[in-house]
Amino acid sequence: MKAIVTVMLKDGVLDPQGKAIGHALHVQGFGEVQEVRAGRVIELDIDARDREAAAARVDEMARKLLANQVIESFKVEIV
Amino acid sequence: MRAGIVVFPGTNRERDMAIALHRVTGIRPMMLWHRDTKLPKLDLVVLPGGFSHGDYLRCGAMAAHSPVMSAVRAHAATGGAVLGVCNGFQILTEAQLLPGALLRNAGLRFLSQDWHLRVERADTIFTSAWRQGDIFRVPLAHGDGNYIADADTLDRIEDEGQVAFRYCDAEGRVSPETSPNGSARSIAGVFDRSRRILGLMPHPEDLVDPLMGGTDGLPLFKSLLESLVS
Repeated sequence: MKAIVTVMLKDGVLDPQGKAIGHALHVQGFGEVQEVRAGRVIELDIDARDREAAAARVDEMARKLLANQVIESFKVEIV
Repeated sequence: MRAGIVVFPGTNRERDMAIALHRVTGIRPMMLWHRDTKLPKLDLVVLPGGFSHGDYLRCGAMAAHSPVMSAVRAHAATGGAVLGVCNGFQILTEAQLLPGALLRNAGLRFLSQDWHLRVERADTIFTSAWRQGDIFRVPLAHGDGNYIADADTLDRIEDEGQVAFRYCDAEGRVSPETSPNGSARSIAGVFDRSRRILGLMPHPEDLVDPLMGGTDGLPLFKSLLESLVS
């Protein structure tokens, strides 16, 4: 089973990398781009008996290590 | 004062810290390894600067879960002093021993230059050799020093006197423009509630000898020496 954890800076947390990417896109002629937010995707191969069990474990992993909840939010998908 | 410096893979400022501690205390600090699970009897544990575990995932995230951190936590729980500088500050926030987090500098550039700090309180083991409001020069060397916490946490740490240092100009004025990295409320260093744990981004240990260009960083170490006599 594969889990995909998407970690993003929380709304309201300034994202200078996203801003820089947006600026670079504007410079290259993509003027339609408005706000850009940059995050991180982490894929995990999981040995679990079912999707619910996998999701619960990955949720715990995200809380303990993969995301820093002071600044980041996360989303877990089991595929 | 018996001090130990924790070395993680990727730590690179442990020798600067050792030189500063040796110069002030006359005793060579012990080097501790990130896999150590027990610490010798120490008055002060220092987490120095560098790029522990290559800054993978987030700065300090891997180091915060190292075996040695359980021992550092136990040391702190019994009133032992803990100092984290630069990457050490990031590790202490990731370990939730200090509030808040450190993000990429607002200007996205790695900062390698001197700046000024204002001492916010002088009644702590780390700052007693200064006076409140003193201004001192200090080297910066970081890419991720943008201190952030939610508004409630910022209000709480201000109310409880946990702000140790703020970035300022040479006259001690604090404004958003005097924060080199975008830090909330120009915060450069914070204490835990007990004020026995301090984390700060700049490097006082790199300004402790005239040969380094100044001695502005010495009061930090003199404070610790006076406070932690053993």
